[in-house]
Amino acid sequence: MIEFHVNNQPVSFSGDEDTPLLWVLRDHLSLTGTKFGCGIGSCGACTVHIDGQASKACTRKVSSVTGKRVTTIEGLATPDGGLHPVQQAWIDADVPQCGYCQGGQIMAAIDLLNEIPEPSDADIARKMRNICRCGTYVRIRKAIHRASATMRKGT
Amino acid sequence: MLRRTFLVGGLTASGGFLLGIPAVKALTGEDAGNGAGEAGGKIGFFVEINPDNTVTIGVAQPEIGQGVRTSMPMLVAEELDVDWASVSVRQMPLGIVKTADGFTWKYGGQGAGGSTAVTGNWEFLREVGATARQMLISVAAARWGVEPGACRTESGEVICDALGKRFRYSDLATQAAKLPVPEQKPSFKEPSDYRIIGKPTGVVDIRDIVTGKTRFGIDTEVSGMRYAVIQRSPYLDGTVKSFNDSKTRKVPGVVDVFKIDGPGPDEPYLILASGVAVVATSTWAAMQGRKALEIEWDKGPHQQESTESFWRQAEKLLADTGQVVRNDGDLDAALKQASKVVTARYEVPFVNHAPMEPQNCFVHVEKDKARVIAPTQSPSGASRAVAAVTGLPREHIEVEMTRVGGGFGRRLTNDYVAEAAMISQRIGAAVKLQWSREDDVKHDFYRPSGLHEMKAGLDASGKVTGWTQRLASAGKYYRRPNVAPEEQYAAELYIDDFPAQIVENLRIEWFEVQSGMPRGSWRAPAHTANAFVVQSFIDEIAHASGQDPLQLRLELYGENRDLEYGQHGGPVFNPWRLSRLLKHVAERIDYKARRPGRKGVGVASHFTFGGYAAHAVELEVDDEGSLNINRIVAAVDCGIAVNPLGVEAQLEGGTIDGLSTALNLEITVEEGQVVQSNFHNYRVARMAQMPAVLETHILPFGDKPTGMGEMGLPSLAPALTNAIYNACGVRIRKLPVRDQLKQALA
Repeated sequence: MIEFHVNNQPVSFSGDEDTPLLWVLRDHLSLTGTKFGCGIGSCGACTVHIDGQASKACTRKVSSVTGKRVTTIEGLATPDGGLHPVQQAWIDADVPQCGYCQGGQIMAAIDLLNEIPEPSDADIARKMRNICRCGTYVRIRKAIHRASATMRKGT
Repeated sequence: MLRRTFLVGGLTASGGFLLGIPAVKALTGEDAGNGAGEAGGKIGFFVEINPDNTVTIGVAQPEIGQGVRTSMPMLVAEELDVDWASVSVRQMPLGIVKTADGFTWKYGGQGAGGSTAVTGNWEFLREVGATARQMLISVAAARWGVEPGACRTESGEVICDALGKRFRYSDLATQAAKLPVPEQKPSFKEPSDYRIIGKPTGVVDIRDIVTGKTRFGIDTEVSGMRYAVIQRSPYLDGTVKSFNDSKTRKVPGVVDVFKIDGPGPDEPYLILASGVAVVATSTWAAMQGRKALEIEWDKGPHQQESTESFWRQAEKLLADTGQVVRNDGDLDAALKQASKVVTARYEVPFVNHAPMEPQNCFVHVEKDKARVIAPTQSPSGASRAVAAVTGLPREHIEVEMTRVGGGFGRRLTNDYVAEAAMISQRIGAAVKLQWSREDDVKHDFYRPSGLHEMKAGLDASGKVTGWTQRLASAGKYYRRPNVAPEEQYAAELYIDDFPAQIVENLRIEWFEVQSGMPRGSWRAPAHTANAFVVQSFIDEIAHASGQDPLQLRLELYGENRDLEYGQHGGPVFNPWRLSRLLKHVAERIDYKARRPGRKGVGVASHFTFGGYAAHAVELEVDDEGSLNINRIVAAVDCGIAVNPLGVEAQLEGGTIDGLSTALNLEITVEEGQVVQSNFHNYRVARMAQMPAVLETHILPFGDKPTGMGEMGLPSLAPALTNAIYNACGVRIRKLPVRDQLKQALA
């Protein structure tokens, strides 16, 4: 039995301990905002936060998150619906096209902003490795700068 | 086809007002009469006015990221005259109706392909909105005892200024729903009165998307359903000789394992390949079970095929004479008389669609009906696929659509739906089939690959007097039923494309390369190949004859006039609209500026499915051949832009798709197997490859919109390679660019 927290709720999983966190979230906890894209930790559609750090859920065995705190895209907003500044920036920049990768992009962007609160375009190019097949990168870049400004103002 | 008289009003269960079309009558051409009494709560309705005066608008088209869930309701809401903030949208299922001689549409055509949603629904959905508005006005007018002409509408209210009175639509809806649909066709707003059309409008579902609530096909979960994966033959048209599932059956959660038969080598593709299905109680268990399979493959008829053999075959074909598909004037004489002849060959590779959401589908086949939940671009194709597998009548196959995690043409084909139906039928239970990324890269209907030979003759003044394009390719109509051999070319060469009707002596030839690679529609299909080839060759002609590439294009495109255009996107093509865009992007990129060192600029333009686009690229090549793209300027003329924010998104996305594909993407074959498997060796562009600046411009034209899903893509690749030539003198004639510059400059 693996026990950990997802979006501040205690959860447990009693299946194969090698199951990737991705499939535990999706198939067993019905948290489908974390997406399957490649299964090899390359595209980033499955990006979640584990103890506050971005991680690819598709290559992360569930056993490795025992006792840890996992945050998914569903867990970013406050319980009363207040959006994270990065989510709001995504809306303001009208980023998504198909939308499939955007949860992972947002999780990666928050990680970037935690590390580099005021990133340059070069920082964004270096740290944002998630794939968007629709090609929304330019708007993602814009949204990250916007979120950065909001978050710095807020602190 | 969908006329006013077929619109009908009705009541919703909650007392709201619905307006739509009772399709059976509409589409069999029978007189629908006043039809009001026939409106059940569930069929054919687009507009729902709720008791709180909010409006729910149905969207019949599949949303694949092209923005139809925003743009389609904008058309209805504009003419209905409601505030956009009061609108919510709902996805409609597939609507087909059985008729005496087959099936027809219930809600109008449904599908995402060919950039047709906005053009195809422009009149119809505005008419839906305007008719509803007219009916609401007539109820208000009757209550006040005034003529409808004395009433106007604004923001979801009917207003009579003379009386100083107003009704909310919701106060009128119940009564309006009982009215017969007016005989008189409603009048449309003047474009100058638009409050929604033409206003930059954000993605309607964006809050759900950024909070992870949006349900894609892959997120379908139905109580009791099984999860399935398939190990397909890695060999093109290979088959399962034998398999051992003893280890698979020991994987906890695996409940069934069986063979899936694919099509024979020349048969149409109901599914893509033979394989072995593994059914389990979770996705991971199914994947683990698959990993444990031992399969012996019959390598099939294409086991010798390779990318190298493909190009050898194409070159051999070009030595001969092909099928002449267009022949204007006298090319041979023109070339003989020419003072200069320019020739070049270009190679365009197979590419994979690679939508972010791997293929998947939920199907539940029961004894006399089936339910399908599919991320598909063609819901009617999904219905046909399930009917073909199960033999069930199509009217008993329910197809629901989810938001789709990318299409790019891949999901015009419903092979994964057919597979899911096969599995569900076999196990007698609901199933969600899941493809892996490897499955998606290795089993696709790839963009066709081809070798293009170009030749142009110029007179002493530099005027192009002769032009020929000879293409040896593996066309996408391969194995498609009902396409005659002599029509195969038509998917690869659009014979009215530029410079037809401009260069007097022009010949186009096609040769079919034999290949076992499945082929299909890839965003802007043949335009991606032909724009690269034609727009590169124009530059080569200009350089060979001492002309400026931009100026040569402007001269060829000529004055403002319509040319006949018989392929999709016609009936006319006005090349002057490309000139207008070219001048715009050239000015924005400062085309005439001197760029010292290995800096360069390139332009290109192309007409795609009714829309016009141009690109200008400014880049720098360093001593090692690394490419640094400083700036891309993209411009589009899509008539009027229904949603400028959506148009810009498609132009940005098309541009980046063009860039990603031109820089790095290629599917290759060795020993009858696709070589690439996932994003590590099929390197879709990431943030690091983005230009420092990407500008988009919309140049409006006329009073009608065109689609936008595809036209932003084709002209990027040639603008890029023309800029590369301008920067460092290396002409890219083979896509993708990849490490060609490094090799050339080493």
